[in-house]
Amino acid sequence: MRHIINLQVENQSGVLARIAGLFSARGFNIESLSVGKMDSEAASHMTLVVRGDDWIIEQVIKQLNKLIDVYRVTDVTSTDFVGRELVLVKVYCPPAKRGDISQLVQIFRAKVVDISNRSMTLELTGNEPKIEAFLETLQPFGIQEIARTGSIAMVRDSNGKM
Amino acid sequence: MRGAALVIQALQAEGVKALFGYPGGTVLDIFDEIYSSGLPFYLTRHEQGAVHAADGYARASGKVGMCIATSGPGATNLVTGIATAHMDSIPLVVLTGQVATSLIGNDAFQEVDICGITRSITKHNYLVRDIADLPQVLKSAFYIARSGRPGPVLIDLPKDIQQAETDEPYPDDIKLRSYRPTLRGNMQQLQKAAGLIDQSKKPVIFAGGGVVSSDAQNEIRLLSEILDAPVTTSLMGLGIFPETHSHALKMLGMHGTEYANYAVQEADLLIAVGVRFDDLVTGKVDKFAPQAQIIHIDIDPTSIRKNVQVTVPIVGDIRTVLQELNTLLKPRQNPQWMEQIKTWKQRHPLRYPQTDKVQPQYVIEQLAKLTDNRAIICTEVGQNQMWTAQFYNFHSSRSFLSSGGLGTMGYGFPAALGAQVAWPDKLVIDIAGDGSIQMNIQEMATAVLYDLPVKIIILNNHSLGMVRQWQSIFYDRRFSQTCLRRNKQCPPDCQQANGDCSAAYVPNFVKLAEAYGAHGFRIDHKDQVADVLQTAITTPGPVIVEISIDREENVYPMVPTGAPIHQMLRGMA
Repeated sequence: MRHIINLQVENQSGVLARIAGLFSARGFNIESLSVGKMDSEAASHMTLVVRGDDWIIEQVIKQLNKLIDVYRVTDVTSTDFVGRELVLVKVYCPPAKRGDISQLVQIFRAKVVDISNRSMTLELTGNEPKIEAFLETLQPFGIQEIARTGSIAMVRDSNGKM
Repeated sequence: MRGAALVIQALQAEGVKALFGYPGGTVLDIFDEIYSSGLPFYLTRHEQGAVHAADGYARASGKVGMCIATSGPGATNLVTGIATAHMDSIPLVVLTGQVATSLIGNDAFQEVDICGITRSITKHNYLVRDIADLPQVLKSAFYIARSGRPGPVLIDLPKDIQQAETDEPYPDDIKLRSYRPTLRGNMQQLQKAAGLIDQSKKPVIFAGGGVVSSDAQNEIRLLSEILDAPVTTSLMGLGIFPETHSHALKMLGMHGTEYANYAVQEADLLIAVGVRFDDLVTGKVDKFAPQAQIIHIDIDPTSIRKNVQVTVPIVGDIRTVLQELNTLLKPRQNPQWMEQIKTWKQRHPLRYPQTDKVQPQYVIEQLAKLTDNRAIICTEVGQNQMWTAQFYNFHSSRSFLSSGGLGTMGYGFPAALGAQVAWPDKLVIDIAGDGSIQMNIQEMATAVLYDLPVKIIILNNHSLGMVRQWQSIFYDRRFSQTCLRRNKQCPPDCQQANGDCSAAYVPNFVKLAEAYGAHGFRIDHKDQVADVLQTAITTPGPVIVEISIDREENVYPMVPTGAPIHQMLRGMA
C-alpha cells in the first residue's frame, strides 16, 4: 500500500543523505520525497511517499524515528489529509494547437507559464489522481518534458472537505 | 580557549579514563593538548587496534570507549571497528581529524568524507563546521553513545575548528529536540505480559546483549527464579546467567546447545529480553519457536517485530521493565517442564569425541577450570569463538567479549587490551585462531610497551577453520584458500587432513612473541595442556600460547543455514 509520511527534521547538512541512506540500506521503496524549510531556519519539513505492506511501513516509521535528526514522524495516510503535488509539463504545441491546449488548461485549472512557437509549458497543482489525469490528457499532443515535486501533505483540522 | 583544548575539557568532564588512538596531520592540535593533559593515552600500532581496544574497554567496563585518529586513511582504518561496535550496540565516541573547512570537498591530502562513509554504521555522526557548535556536539555525542540503545558516535573535526577560539564553556545540558529513549515500560503491556506468563506451561527466557547494556543480570536471575523457567542466551548474552545453573540452557541457535534449541521449539512462551532475533539464532524464521507466544522487551522499537511476530512488545530499559514486571508475577513451579529440560540436558549434552589429540574443546574446559570460569575472555571469530562460547561456562556479565553481529576477525586481541586497561588486576585472555590473530598481531607491541598482561591462546589448526568446516560439510571438501600452510608447491586440489603435509607453517608464534619481548609457549600434546596453561596465566606480562589442534575438529552441534533450529548436525560425538 502507498503511504504518505510527514517528517519534521533538523535543518542539518547530511539529514537528507541519512534518510535516503536508510531507505537504500534497508531496501525500502521510496516513491517520492520532497523537502522544504519550515518557518524557523532550524527545521525542515519532508513528505515521503513509500510503498510497502504494514510490516514494512511499521519498520520504516520506527527506523525514521530512530534517526537523531528526525523529531516528528506522522503517517498521514489513514487520516483526513490534504495532499498536493506540483507539476511542470512542456507539451509540443504549434500555434494551431494553442486553442485546444488552452481549453484543457481551463478545465484542469492549470496555468500557462511559458509559450513558444513549438511548445507550451503548463503548471498544475493537485493531488496525485488529478496530476495523472492531466498528464494522460496531454499525452496525445506530445509531452516533451515533465518535472514533478512529489507529494506534500498536511492533516486537516476540519471535519468536512473544503 | 581553542577547539582542541575544549575537546580535552570535554573528555575530562565526561570522565574518560583511557584514550586509544593514533596521531596524524589533522589531529596535531588535539595531540598537542593531550601532550600536557595527563590523560592516559594508549598508542596502538594500527587505528583498527585503537577502535577495537576502545570497544573492549567499553564492553568490559560499561563506560563509553573513546578513540581518536587522523583524517583520510586514519579514519577509514576505523571503519571495521565502528561497524563492529554498531552491530553489537557498544557505546563509543570516535574522534577523527578532518582537513580544514576551506579545503573540504577539494580532494585535499588525506581527505575523506568519513561522515558519509560511516552514516550507516554509527548511531549518529557529526561534521563540525562551526566552533560555536563544538561544545553541544561533544556533549551530545557522549550522551547519545551511552543512552538508549548504546552505539558508536563519530565526530569529524576539521583542523581549523580545532584551532579556532571559543569562549563557550563545556555545557551541562544537552539540547536535543527529539532524542528521548523510552525507559519505563507501558503498564498495560506489562500487565498483558504478566497475564501471558501466568497462563504459560512451558516458558523459556531468552536473554541477550541488551541485558548486558542495561546491567540487568540480577533481574533476569530473579525472573527465572520466580517463574521456575529456564534461561537461554544469545552469543551476546553469555555470562548474564551462570551457565552451570540448573536453569541454564546456555546458548541458542546455530551452534547453541541441543537442549536450548529443543526447549525453544517446544516452549509455549518465549520471554525475549534484549535480543534482536538474529538469523543465526532463529534458523528458518517461520519455523522458529512455532508454538510460542513471544513477549519481547527491548529499548529499541526497531528491534521489535523486525524478524519475528510478537504477542506483547514492551519498549523500555530492560532493568527498569524487569523490575516492574517481577513485582507483577506470582512465584510458581513448573516441575513437568523442568523435568523435560533436565532430560534433554542429560541426553544431549555438549560433547566431543574423546581422543588422544589436543582437542580445542578440551583446551577451553581446562582453561575454565584453571580460571574458575571467572576470567575476562575475548575471542576472535570462527571456530575459536564458538568452542569458547560452548565450553567455558561463563558466570558473569561483561566477561565474554566477542564480535557477535559483524563477526570481525582480529577483534579479540585489541579488545582484550582495552579490557585489561579497564581492569588492570583481572585476568584477561584472548582465545584466537591462527587466522584471526594475524589480523591485528601488530598490537603485541602495544601490549608489551604498556605492560598489558593479556594471555593469547592460539588454537592453531593451520586453517581458516570455520570456513574450512563449511567447505568440508557443504562444498565436498574443496578447500579453496583455507589452508594457511598453503605454498607455491601445493597441488591445487589438496584435501589433506592432517599430518602428512610437510609444508612449513608460518609464522612461528612462540618466536614471534619473543620478538616482541613477550613470552611464548607451545602445546603439542594433550598431557601438556593443563600445566602449560597454568604456567602461561601465571607468567607476568603478555603471553602467547600456541596450541596445535586437529584441523578436522569441527564445531557441533550445527544448524545448517535455512533449517529450523531443532534440526542439528551432531558430528561424530
